[in-house]
Amino acid sequence: MSGCNTCSVHGHHFPEPGDGPASGLLGQVEAAEAALRAAAERGRPGAPDGAAGDTDPQEYFTALIEADQKIEPRDWMPDAYRRTLIRQIAQHAHSEIIGMQPEGNWITRAPSLKRKAILLAKVQDEAGHGLYLYAAAETLGVSRDELVELLLAGRQKYSSIFNYPTLTWADVGAIGWLVDGAAIVNQVPLCRCSYGPYARAMIRICKEESFHQRQGYEILYTLAHGTPAQREMAQDAVNRWWYPSLAMFGPPDRDSTHSEQSMAWKIKRFSNDELRQRFVDMCVPQAEILGLRIPDPELRWNPERQSYDFTPPDYAELMRVISGDGPCNRQRMARRRRAHAEGAWVREAAAAYAAKRAARATAPTEVAA
Amino acid sequence: MKTTVDHLLALGDDALIAAQRLGEWVAAAPELEEDVALANIALDQLGAARLLLTYAGELEGAGRDEDALAYLRDDREFRNCLLVELPNGDFAVTMAKLLFLAAYQLTLYTALSGCADERLAAIASKARKEVAYHLDHARLWTVRLGDGTAESHRRMQAAVDEIWPYTHELFLPDPTAPVDPAGLRAEFLAIVEPVLAEATLERPADDWAPEGGRRGLHTEHLSYLLAEMQVLHRAHPGARW
Ligand SMILES: [Fe+2]
Ligand SMILES: [Fe+2]
Repeated sequence: MSGCNTCSVHGHHFPEPGDGPASGLLGQVEAAEAALRAAAERGRPGAPDGAAGDTDPQEYFTALIEADQKIEPRDWMPDAYRRTLIRQIAQHAHSEIIGMQPEGNWITRAPSLKRKAILLAKVQDEAGHGLYLYAAAETLGVSRDELVELLLAGRQKYSSIFNYPTLTWADVGAIGWLVDGAAIVNQVPLCRCSYGPYARAMIRICKEESFHQRQGYEILYTLAHGTPAQREMAQDAVNRWWYPSLAMFGPPDRDSTHSEQSMAWKIKRFSNDELRQRFVDMCVPQAEILGLRIPDPELRWNPERQSYDFTPPDYAELMRVISGDGPCNRQRMARRRRAHAEGAWVREAAAAYAAKRAARATAPTEVAA
Repeated sequence: MKTTVDHLLALGDDALIAAQRLGEWVAAAPELEEDVALANIALDQLGAARLLLTYAGELEGAGRDEDALAYLRDDREFRNCLLVELPNGDFAVTMAKLLFLAAYQLTLYTALSGCADERLAAIASKARKEVAYHLDHARLWTVRLGDGTAESHRRMQAAVDEIWPYTHELFLPDPTAPVDPAGLRAEFLAIVEPVLAEATLERPADDWAPEGGRRGLHTEHLSYLLAEMQVLHRAHPGARW
């Protein structure tokens, strides 16, 4: 298997703004990829190879970041940088895994075989994203098993958005359009993150996410142009998912705790509020083409700011959901714990079998020696 | 022999119902790699089902497309074997089902890929490559579980014992079929018996042989499966998705 599954099951044309809902963002992903290659060709600033023990590692780290070079796993890095990345990449990986549940909820009931195939492929992509991200985190010296334990123990978080229920088929469309859309806006700048393995994982993931957004948009477009009941289903889904999607960008800048240092380290490149604004500005024209209403009476174009004014999400609700009291937190965690617990005997068997095989493979050599 | 709608439905329904069951595993597999693998196998089966049902609809000539066939038939009209509709059970049961299904499909698709019906032959030769991977996947797990821990051995043996009787139906003679399944059992056994041996599992005796799926006489499980699969489509008659 290689590359995006959703795009290979896909293929259809719908009226869209530009070349597609996320075409501008896809361009930015490609630019980030080109920048990554260019940086590699430029080479690193006076590398402290071999016995260059006189270069201060902290200074060299800072010089690398300033030169827009990537920090690689073997490089020295400050502990706090490592911890911040582990926390962020793990949370991102967990989000991919928990995120399989709300959409996976509709695989068995997808209303056409084509939609079923696209959704299966999409959820499979998300599992793949989880795998790349856990692998990126492992380059920082933690194991996937440790991270999974932290998730199951409730000591690491995942995106709060996945604690909302998918009540109708239109929610699958709304998740693709809004949730994957917000994820792309959040993640495109991460393609330029200073940590090499994370940046490279994000480039790959963002390309697939843009297909996810497109399939969600297509679902909503079809529903919005379908029967009255389908149209109502689509509007209801947008009504329920709009504000939780805005909340995906995190607390407002004035309350954001991790931002400043992450900006200096070039882990984060834009503030929560900047990204949220970018998302709103992207969605408004798309909603118009869909023929669906964004549930915000205050939404209007502001010519001075060249952006839309909008009602911010309920941050108190975001905090409640993050702290565990969203509609589905308990259900999502219970499902993950159950899958993990019920799979334990399978993983043990695989390990036992591998050990037996290894023993059998070495046994004859020992005899010979 | 001439391809009939019923033959295509039997092939297509096997693949569709198998895909539906595998889809139930998403976000519940024993490890993340397995979520990816099971979804991938489900996608392959679903892809084959779509080609076969589309062909069946065209051959029938009554204007039914893949969705009309998948969503608007009742359980008595489905032609799949009983094996695919059985519940997933634990991971061992799912792997036993997949092992036997994939071994059967591999022999059948291989034979069909040389049949006179060119369209069917093309579908079969594409699907054959995919089920070779499914078989490999199920074989690896059967061996790992059979020859893993005492617990996994017990579960894998129980799964094989539970599913084995349902393999007989796969090879019921049908001289009118493009390929008569009765001729494929020896090849099937030549695939699965060595796997069971390598997995240190006992090959069950051939006694009880439930059947009926090809005539639309199913287990009690199918109508629940269809209720779930068809609920949304049927709630909006005539809608496009
Ligand atoms: Fe993802
Ligand atoms: Fe996605």
